[in-house]
Amino acid sequence: MSTETKRAAPKAAAKEKGKASNNGADAKHDDFHGTTPELRRELLHSMLVQRRFEEKCAEAYALGKIGGFCHLYIGQEAISTGVMSMIRPDDYIITAYRDHGQALARGISPRAIMAELFGREAGCSHGKGGSMHLFDANTNFLGGHGIVGGHVPIAAGVGFAIKYRRGNQVCVCFFGEAAVNIGAFHEALNLASLWNLPVIFIIENNRYGMGTAISRSTANEDVVVRAQGYRMDGESVDGQDVFAVRDCIERAVERARKEKRPTLIEMRTYRFMGHSMSDAVSGTYRSKEELEENMKRDPILVLHNRMYEAGELTEGEMHKMDDEAKAIAQDAWDFADASPEPPLDQLYTDVYSDTTS
Amino acid sequence: MAVLTYRDALTQALREELQRDDRVFLMGEEVAQYNGAYKVSKGLLDEFGPMRIVDTPITELGFAGVGVGAAMVGLRPIVEFMTWNFALLALDEVVNAAAKMLYMSGGQYKMPMVFRGPNGAALQLAAQHSQAWESWLAHIPGLKVLTPGTPADAKGLLKSAIRDDNPVVFLEGEMLYNTKGEVPEEDYLTPIGVAELKRQGDHCSLITHGKMVLVAMRVADDLAKEGINIDVVDLRTVRPIDVEAISKSVQKTNRAVVLEEGWEICGMGSQVVDFIQRECFDDLDAPVLRVHQEEVPMPYAKNLERAAKPDAGKTVAAIKKVMYLD
Repeated sequence: MSTETKRAAPKAAAKEKGKASNNGADAKHDDFHGTTPELRRELLHSMLVQRRFEEKCAEAYALGKIGGFCHLYIGQEAISTGVMSMIRPDDYIITAYRDHGQALARGISPRAIMAELFGREAGCSHGKGGSMHLFDANTNFLGGHGIVGGHVPIAAGVGFAIKYRRGNQVCVCFFGEAAVNIGAFHEALNLASLWNLPVIFIIENNRYGMGTAISRSTANEDVVVRAQGYRMDGESVDGQDVFAVRDCIERAVERARKEKRPTLIEMRTYRFMGHSMSDAVSGTYRSKEELEENMKRDPILVLHNRMYEAGELTEGEMHKMDDEAKAIAQDAWDFADASPEPPLDQLYTDVYSDTTS
Repeated sequence: MAVLTYRDALTQALREELQRDDRVFLMGEEVAQYNGAYKVSKGLLDEFGPMRIVDTPITELGFAGVGVGAAMVGLRPIVEFMTWNFALLALDEVVNAAAKMLYMSGGQYKMPMVFRGPNGAALQLAAQHSQAWESWLAHIPGLKVLTPGTPADAKGLLKSAIRDDNPVVFLEGEMLYNTKGEVPEEDYLTPIGVAELKRQGDHCSLITHGKMVLVAMRVADDLAKEGINIDVVDLRTVRPIDVEAISKSVQKTNRAVVLEEGWEICGMGSQVVDFIQRECFDDLDAPVLRVHQEEVPMPYAKNLERAAKPDAGKTVAAIKKVMYLD
């Protein structure tokens, strides 16, 4: 299928990490955490594709080509890229509505994602899901879910199924820090720990639930301590550093596959855009200065600078890579724009399955 | 045919389907070691072990979500709610996740699962434990809602529900578990979406489902003694609903009463009456009447509870009214 071209995922990534040190102990001796130059380029490329793709999303939204709610991931790309580079094709991913980055990093075709955002039949959910509900059975991408925290127990259920079948996959579940105050989060953590389920719960702490700062929503801002309440391992890492993300996920994946134990991870990050495309980037709830300060730790810049300083990436190469990312985003736009809308007879398809076992 | 209780018919259905397909598992509060709060899962832990008969904490939202996740990746969960009153805590998983997953994923993720448990009032359990939820749940495209009223339908419909690739809401009745009826010995399935004419008569159609089927049968018996013969249309399934069976009966009798356990406003009866006015407008000899719970939370006191519930007396009165006999 034509939508299967131009994948953004770092394919060789999971294999490469084998050489990395544990716990980042010798990180000082090896700033690149055992990664190869090729892998680092793939990681940078993956993040750049997400960034350029979402910039096109913002443009398309302004033009009315994308409708509804559209939550951009810009500023958080090291998390999606880092996580996806450490898991296997047969592992499962489930996420909330800020899902474009994870979908791209997982390897769903940018064309299929953009077509979904445009509400086209060629979209990865055939135009029935939209921005918040990206699904792709080929990559075990179990959706984009729109109710804060509602999908966290579903992740535990996927973990339950893995255990039921005596498999050794993991289920990775992404959600924002605002979800830690939802009952579903707590119920899921309890069950995952009680039943030893191979689930990695990732809190992407971008510090704002829509316009409410974590200090105004959460009695204990150290959200990862909630793992202790459920006798679960927990870890808090710099979500702007793709290597820190990868190291942490490596430990969690090992724990899930070998010990069949869940992990709660806080990825400390920052949302560079508004909550959704219809919300202000800054203003009443956060200052421009705070935003600008945090944008200095743009995850793409963080990786780029390290590669640049190590002398393994020239400005020319960076420009070339960036141009490639822009071309992928433009190609996705062009594809989506030229794609037909779903035929009206699909209105009533997939309400029910007509099959039985 | 063997005579079984509604409870034993359900247990048979569970056992047969657990034996038939190892992707099927049962989870819920007290379903395993305790043998089920209402003993529907009695003996199943011994036969199938703790991975397939799974005790959960009191965490409805959590385990309903676990069922959804397991169904997404190919298992066939049966999620038991100790009662549907508790399932309100889990409705996000039933309504926002299970019911919509196939559609919003563009057909990629089926939800082969059953949410089951007792629905409606028992005796003196008061306001929070005495509610019939079928009209809420039947409102949701993507769900199927089954309301068996007899042991035979309980078994046949539960087996169909477990084999269905859609999320099925299966509403039992605490007051039904001990009722008895004939159940076929052979392996059988009751089709989803097909009503059954449980009694035949020409004078009026009594359309009902679930626990009220028993009341309807009593009403038919009582009226027969007075020479009034009615059709009792047991919907068995309220989504999908068998409109053809409803209209066929009303076109024959020209009069109808709709009996349900839930409240009046937006109840199942409202929908049935809508179908009747659409399909049988020219056939009607009287306005259609409804019998339902009074518009109050369920009171505790025996006399008040009795007054609040739909019953045979109220139904007989409604039938006589549409026959202009009162």
